[in-house]
Amino acid sequence: MGVLVYIESEENKYKKTAYEALSYGKALADKMGVKVSGLVFNCSDTDSLKKYGADKIITIDNSDFEKFSSKKYSHALAEVIKSENSSVVILSSSADSKFLGAHLSGITDSSYVSNVVGIPESISPFVVKRTCFTNKAFSSTEMIDGLRIISVSSNSFGMIESFNDSTVESFSPEKVNSNQRTIKIEKETGSITIADADIVVSAGRGLKGPENWEMIESLADTLGAATACSKPVSDMGWRPHSEHVGQTGKPVSSNLYIAIGISGAIQHLAGINSSKVKVVINSDPEAPFFKAADYGVVGDAFEVIPELIEKLKDRK
Amino acid sequence: MNILVCISNVPDTTSKINFIENDSKFDSNGVQYIINPNDEFGLTKAVWMKESNAANVTVLTVGDQSAETILRKCLAIGADKAVRIDCDANDAYSVAKEIEAHCQSINYDLIICGRESIDYNGGLVPGLIAGLLNYNFVTNCVSLEITDSKATCAREISGGTEISECEIPLVIGSQKGLVEESDLIIPNMRGIMMARQKPLEVLEAKNISAKTSDKKFHKPEAKSEVKLVKPDELDKLIDLLENEAKVI
Repeated sequence: MGVLVYIESEENKYKKTAYEALSYGKALADKMGVKVSGLVFNCSDTDSLKKYGADKIITIDNSDFEKFSSKKYSHALAEVIKSENSSVVILSSSADSKFLGAHLSGITDSSYVSNVVGIPESISPFVVKRTCFTNKAFSSTEMIDGLRIISVSSNSFGMIESFNDSTVESFSPEKVNSNQRTIKIEKETGSITIADADIVVSAGRGLKGPENWEMIESLADTLGAATACSKPVSDMGWRPHSEHVGQTGKPVSSNLYIAIGISGAIQHLAGINSSKVKVVINSDPEAPFFKAADYGVVGDAFEVIPELIEKLKDRK
Repeated sequence: MNILVCISNVPDTTSKINFIENDSKFDSNGVQYIINPNDEFGLTKAVWMKESNAANVTVLTVGDQSAETILRKCLAIGADKAVRIDCDANDAYSVAKEIEAHCQSINYDLIICGRESIDYNGGLVPGLIAGLLNYNFVTNCVSLEITDSKATCAREISGGTEISECEIPLVIGSQKGLVEESDLIIPNMRGIMMARQKPLEVLEAKNISAKTSDKKFHKPEAKSEVKLVKPDELDKLIDLLENEAKVI
């Protein structure tokens, strides 16, 4: 019995979502009265994990796991689950974690629920709360006995410090043969990604043309935010597809989402409404987005944004 | 080459979301059902591969008779054959097991599922199928080329793209990018007429027991009214974000 958390890292650094998953795992383990272990692939820093309450840190240091592979990682996890006799596995909601989660569930024949918000409502029966219908509803979902896998929705639980002097153990999984290999990873450098950002600044057709994005980027820089855009903007080629957020684009689950010149079509809202706080800046007071917003400014973006940047800079 | 495209029948985005039977079931009354958008990107790619890879395309759904409308639409878009596994689709695991059982009897070289459905958003079925069948798997797939038995795929990752190679059989989780929205095929009259002649096979379900079940649905609490700040009082907005919402 025990909780196992997959601790996601990249280039020898943990992701913020990994600390959130560990915080969740710790709280769940406390509720169940069991221990929590964290599984780490090729990352030497174990100190920072002690801060978030891991009882045990299991490390796999093996060049075979240098690059993320859903198949290899899920087989290694399955082995650790067996040796640790884990009853619940906690994953984040990152692209890699959700990729791995479903694969792991197939291999281990276990129940899996993703988009989970909050600690299980009850342990026996095991009932978790998750979002569904693109965040328009919640479901209290019961998971049957046996191994259970949970993906925690980003920014839903937060990072909670609780020091624990964890033991560290290394683990050598069996080699998994796979004919699948990564050839190339293309990454935009320097900019904050939408998935990792606490704040996302997003703009739509109200900006009138791609030449006006400078002020959006400047606002994002000032706030340390990622930039995003609405579907028409990416369809018209004003901004790259990778910035498109909404139902068919990227999902956003940030702490703060600022929408500028976006009317708020239902497909757009579906992709962003798990963000905690929404600010809408639009010259049209009838824009449907205001109904979904926490704060709003009815005004011309070309006047409001430069002034907002100035004021934010003055405060720093 | 044999391609299977798994299709989810989902409520249109603009549907009202309500629940019945003591909030334990989705109210489908008056709801318009559509092909799950992520599945439709995959289906379009599969139809293209009929030409580029001489592929044969089967569409499959797990569901009751009401799902046949969208299967006919898939046939009109260009699929060659449709299969419906007759049972209620209540949980990702049992759906994946039904699909696995079907794939044990017919060997598909490529299985395409949408990366997630827009109703339950779990994103579980493609990975489950891959895990159960022990096939290679690429989700959030934005590009796919298959030559002979080798597949080259691109996967959208946080802040970029990952390109990988593998052998078929392969399961992919499709999404926008694999084809663009403007590439989606709107069935023409000829397609619709031809769809009527194409086979739609109904298979008995294995009735696999679910691993998860929705006990109760509820809707988020009603949102409080938006707080409007005048454009000439932006200091107030910054104050609210800093001290009330505590997000900057």
